[in-house]
Amino acid sequence: MRPVLEITNLNVGFPDGTAAVRGVSLQVMPGETHCVVGESGCGKSVTALSVMNLLPRGARRSADVMRFHDHDLTRMADRHIARLRGDKMAMIFQEPMTSLNPAYTIGSQMAEVLERHRHVSRAKGLDRAAELLGKVGITAPGMRLGQYPHQLSGGLRQRVMIAMALMCDPELLIADEPTTALDVTVQAQILRLLKSLQQQLGLALLLITHDLGVVARMAQRVSVMYAGQVVESADAKALFAAPAHPYTRGLLDCVPIPGKTAPGEPLGSIPGVVPRIGEGYVGCAFRDRCAYAAPACKGEIPRNRLSPDHETICTRSGA
Amino acid sequence: MRKFLLRRAILAVMVMLTVLVVAFALTRLSGDLAVSIAGPNATAEDVVTIRKNYGLDRPLPAQFVDWAVAAASGDLGRSYLYRAPVWGLIKERLPITVCLGLIGLGFALATAIPLGILAAMREGTLLDRAIGSVTLIGQAMPSFWLGLLLIITFGLKLQWLPISGVDTWDGYVMPGIVLAFSAIPALLRLTRSGMIEALSSDYIRTARAKGLSTSSIVLKHALRNAAMPVVSVAAVQLGFMLGGSIVIETVFALHGVGYLAWESISKNDFPVVQAVVLVLATIYVGLTLLADMMNAVLDPRLRGG
Repeated sequence: MRPVLEITNLNVGFPDGTAAVRGVSLQVMPGETHCVVGESGCGKSVTALSVMNLLPRGARRSADVMRFHDHDLTRMADRHIARLRGDKMAMIFQEPMTSLNPAYTIGSQMAEVLERHRHVSRAKGLDRAAELLGKVGITAPGMRLGQYPHQLSGGLRQRVMIAMALMCDPELLIADEPTTALDVTVQAQILRLLKSLQQQLGLALLLITHDLGVVARMAQRVSVMYAGQVVESADAKALFAAPAHPYTRGLLDCVPIPGKTAPGEPLGSIPGVVPRIGEGYVGCAFRDRCAYAAPACKGEIPRNRLSPDHETICTRSGA
Repeated sequence: MRKFLLRRAILAVMVMLTVLVVAFALTRLSGDLAVSIAGPNATAEDVVTIRKNYGLDRPLPAQFVDWAVAAASGDLGRSYLYRAPVWGLIKERLPITVCLGLIGLGFALATAIPLGILAAMREGTLLDRAIGSVTLIGQAMPSFWLGLLLIITFGLKLQWLPISGVDTWDGYVMPGIVLAFSAIPALLRLTRSGMIEALSSDYIRTARAKGLSTSSIVLKHALRNAAMPVVSVAAVQLGFMLGGSIVIETVFALHGVGYLAWESISKNDFPVVQAVVLVLATIYVGLTLLADMMNAVLDPRLRGG
């Protein structure tokens, strides 16, 4: 099976010299949920925006391979990529409160996606919008179509965003922290919804999150990012069973695991902060926070293949 | 929506009351009206007679109430200079001023909005800075001087346009441009800053993620949200143009309300001055109300509910 999305050696730099993404490679298979996990500022959102070609102005993107199906995204002009956005690949964002245009109704904003990509009438677009609003669990979809974003709660707006992303039956859905801004109870609902939609529609889901709980619930594959690099990528089960990179282990120690963490046992934490990485940085960016740091961590860091689908970059090979 | 408009309407009435008081007070502050009406050769008795005939000997509050009540019922008094009802004088001249104001605003919007959008889309580039310096020049150039420059260039040298009067439509072109010039900087800057804010917003990122065309993103999604302050200020600018076209009407010899105001101020024809201030203020308040209504149409959040 060929991946829906294939990225090899993606690099993104910003005008201030920050290297936001450094050599990221990942693949998303059809119908698979691939979680990208890491702290704020690790480059996971930038990676997602690169795929959609939605990086802020001034950002420089380069990649050896960036392929969506048969479309070579590295060679396409933005107006051609725009034909894929919202159609074959769709994206939802962290901020449901501000991601919808306050001046237009829900129905109008949803229908225009279908009008743009399928050239159908407004009425057809609205029919499809109502159908999808029902599908994402919104009651009285007909009434919602005529409402404005400010009349809906955050959870409802995120459902609208999801429904809007599905207007053209995309094959890839990129969800950038879709539940971070929501109440805990609503978070669970939205995750359940994403999971069931993904199974129903056979979506490939690239889910960006900082929450390992979300990863545990959703992911088949995981890429752990730190300071612009994927430091470990693995099958979700393998990752939780045997995390190889000290950073991944640190992250896992920070969250309680039911049945494993004894009551009263203190949770771990990772000292220090993510360093700002400029271009031409050499060595492991985690070494200042790592309990296993050694002189070798200042040099080139080897890439270790622990199993056919478990990779890590660390000097402690096979750790 | 109804509540919003009601609130605005009450505010408008308060503004009108204030304007009535100020218009009345300003004419009384400009010296003894009886003396200036009587003229330099009048005797002391003449002044006393005039003061009595015009009711200027009565207490100020009484004079004000008389005038305000009459004005509210549509009677704006008589001009001493023209010896005719003031409303007739204004009505005759209003079309020229309104026409000029609308043409000026039209020119201003047609220039400021596209340039503002362009500057916002190319923020920080040479083009953006070039547009910015044009607005600076526009702001720094006095309108009478620009008017004279245009008259010399297009009226006298090239002889493309008439230099005075509005006997034909093309008489409005030059004064319209001059009037527009003073309104362009504010409108352009507002369009630019509003568009920059809108274009960097999350909903524009969503619009781009939906794969919409650039024109739809810019003109439909961003401009509508950036338009509200522009609408408000355009209404204020139109009010300014109607009231402030005095200089331009004088330069181009257009006999509009501005010219009438200038004439009556210099001759101390105070019923006309009061009436012109009142009429223009009414239009001004009406325009602001209109702008509020347009904004309520543009932004559903203002409609309440």
